[in-house]
Amino acid sequence: MRRLSQARTGGLLSLVIVIVLLPLALDNIYHYDIVIRIGINAIVCVGLNLFIGYAGQISLGHAGFFALGAYGSAILTGHYSWPAWFALPASAAAVGMIAFVVARPILRLKGHYLAMGTLGMGIIVFIVITQEVALTGGPDGMPVPPLTIAGTEIYSETTWYWIIATVLVATVWLALNIVDSPIGRALRAIHGSEPASSVMGINVARYKAMVFVISAVIASVAGSLFTHYSGFITPSEAGFLHSVELVTMVVLGGMASTFGAVVGAGLLTALPQLLATLRDYEMLVFGAVLMGTMIFMPHGLVPTIAAMFQRWRRK
Amino acid sequence: MSAELLQFIFSGLTAGAIYALVGLGFSIIYNASQVINFAQGEFVMIGGMATVSLLAAGLPMPVAIALAVVATVAVGIALEKLAIEPARGASIVTLIIITIGASIFLRGLAQVVWDRNFHSMPPFTGDTPINIGGASVVPQSLWVLGCTVAIVAALWAFFNRTRFGKAILATSYNSDIARLMGINVRFVLLFSFALAALLGAIAGVLITPIILTNYQVGVLLGLKGFSAAIVGGLGNPMGAIAGGFVVGIAESITAGYVSSDYKDAVAFVIILLVLFFRPQGLFGRRGAERV
Amino acid sequence: MSLLEVDGLTKSFGGLSAIESLAFNVAEGQIHSIIGPNGAGKTTLFNMISGLYSPSAGRIRYSGRDVTGAAPHMLAAAGISRTFQNLQVFFNMSAIENVMVGRHLHENRNLFATLVRLPAIARGNAEARERAADLMSYVGLGAYVRVDPGSMPYGALKRLEIARALAAQPRLLLLDEPAAGLNPRETGEIDQLIQKVKDSGVTVVLVEHDMKLVMNISDRILVLNYGRKLAEGDSDEVRRNPEVVAAYLGAGS
Repeated sequence: MRRLSQARTGGLLSLVIVIVLLPLALDNIYHYDIVIRIGINAIVCVGLNLFIGYAGQISLGHAGFFALGAYGSAILTGHYSWPAWFALPASAAAVGMIAFVVARPILRLKGHYLAMGTLGMGIIVFIVITQEVALTGGPDGMPVPPLTIAGTEIYSETTWYWIIATVLVATVWLALNIVDSPIGRALRAIHGSEPASSVMGINVARYKAMVFVISAVIASVAGSLFTHYSGFITPSEAGFLHSVELVTMVVLGGMASTFGAVVGAGLLTALPQLLATLRDYEMLVFGAVLMGTMIFMPHGLVPTIAAMFQRWRRK
Repeated sequence: MSAELLQFIFSGLTAGAIYALVGLGFSIIYNASQVINFAQGEFVMIGGMATVSLLAAGLPMPVAIALAVVATVAVGIALEKLAIEPARGASIVTLIIITIGASIFLRGLAQVVWDRNFHSMPPFTGDTPINIGGASVVPQSLWVLGCTVAIVAALWAFFNRTRFGKAILATSYNSDIARLMGINVRFVLLFSFALAALLGAIAGVLITPIILTNYQVGVLLGLKGFSAAIVGGLGNPMGAIAGGFVVGIAESITAGYVSSDYKDAVAFVIILLVLFFRPQGLFGRRGAERV
Repeated sequence: MSLLEVDGLTKSFGGLSAIESLAFNVAEGQIHSIIGPNGAGKTTLFNMISGLYSPSAGRIRYSGRDVTGAAPHMLAAAGISRTFQNLQVFFNMSAIENVMVGRHLHENRNLFATLVRLPAIARGNAEARERAADLMSYVGLGAYVRVDPGSMPYGALKRLEIARALAAQPRLLLLDEPAAGLNPRETGEIDQLIQKVKDSGVTVVLVEHDMKLVMNISDRILVLNYGRKLAEGDSDEVRRNPEVVAAYLGAGS
């Protein structure tokens, strides 16, 4: 008990310290941009990790929820002149409803079938966004009005840094609260054995749907923030590759580790930026890194390094 | 039957044959290893792109095709040896990411070896359309259908008539028992990747004269082939073929009568319907879940 | 007073009946054992009583209510808990967390309270942990509280499942081969444990191959053969039943 609660507050505290000190190391807008993108991906991954890492499910379609949130905000603010701070929760609520409706049939599936079902769902979202040109601008994308706080439009990277940082810390806090609770134990039990969970009184279908909806809503909020930050949105945000990137961040950082999800998002968002200097070799190296880490560290970075650290301490 | 409908059915059959070949590749690998190979579409891409570049180098078409197919099979074998075998026993999510990593890697490789442009390839035997019952059909479509039928017949004979083919089927039912019976399970696994790569490469060679090819062409073809495999019941090769044709025809009829904008969505709508209402696939049998 | 009434119960898989027209009653507060050769349908019967399978035909009544085909988590809420023949331990959790999951129905599962971490959640966690630790000592696993189940011996995992099932505070406990794979000393401990559970007022239905254990502690015994009832009675009646003797000798055990 004491160990766990220390890991909770200690981890959260370390995250806050890193976030507060990080601006000292960021000396230009380009650096801020990368860190903000890391933060947005980390928010999605912390939510997705509840679904994949803790509840043991798989989704190859979460980019769809991200894009629905992003386009929801973009359309409501751009076409209908809603204030961004109304458009964001409205989009999140709509995405939550959609996730709730598809949850029952889709979450009966397991393994590869669940992967295929969520993949199909994501691709359908992608195709709808690409085809509904009047509403979404089609394949070319659409411009998005900026976020406003107290009547001022937010363009500055430093302000965005603090907005994203606040949402990230809040998301991590919520995720840690879920994990260390009867609901969190129920999710991990479902991962361990569905029959045993159900005879212990856990309503397996209900908890799977609950965590699916929570992760979808978090993805939607991150999408809304992203769309206002970048000022422009294209259908590729809903693409299969984006869904894969999100899952890979979760698995690379370490499944069932909230801070692992943050680390995974950081590495995988920064990596393409580093690889961009490789130009034509970017995809090649990115693919090789994905394969390599999964082959040699199937449990992900944070758990593998934590295990190494424990072995070293015992010596 | 109206000529228009017949036209749509022919284009559906042509696309369906390609999905069937890709879906077969998924099924064969899944049977041997319980792995879903997300790089299956890249075999199609490599088969097509390699043929295009060997033709450009001045080789006669049959030689270019043969070399392209051999090269793709080599890639399939390398993939199994270097990425799948070292990760045996990993979780489903991990294996999915490894094969997706492989598909990104192969696309990156194609981008470096070739380029990002679209390429075309001449049809095998001219491009004068043939009139069949009022529908005009390009000869390459007949090549696609004829070759697919021949391949399916050959595979059927291989799995049912040869010792090694039966050994592969035995492995897919129970790899432990197959091992006890003296079947080299590791070789079966390697062979299944080679066979899947072969099927993908042939699909790529057959379809490239009809559609254009570039380094990304395998992504959607792969996913639709995966749909075919699921529609037919994952791990059921004959089901994958039927699934391929179901997806292909549904697609072309939707494009013809409903909306060509949503053509690509058809495969995935079918997938969701099948998964929701008949998760064992249209042609699979429901197994009792044991606790 | 019967806590569990089974009537005309049938379960078939693809035309083969694993259980056929089975009827029996379990009286409250007793240890009711079910024995029979492998493949007699004992685990299938447990899967139906706990709601994992729905019967092909027949009725199950629990505490006077018809619960045929009810979902497992509903039956758990009604007071039915169980262990598994082939272990269903949560290997992704620590041993004590496994037992804490057993307390699920008695815990605060309010999503809002969880998200904002009301003090009740932290208090509930501490309490669940404490009670889980007590239960682990109760079943003789006091030494394993901080351990990962992956490094526990088989017999200890069997008892971990019992502790987890008891954490649900059931009225009816289904034990599926708790002594399988145990040495005689450990079997003796399980014997005492089951007696202790019964004395605390829990009705126990026991599936077990260890005849000494069964004859020792059962108030009533049901003998199954090929999914049908072969005999029923107390241990003396069953021991003297010629059909039972024939079936067991015939099966070579």
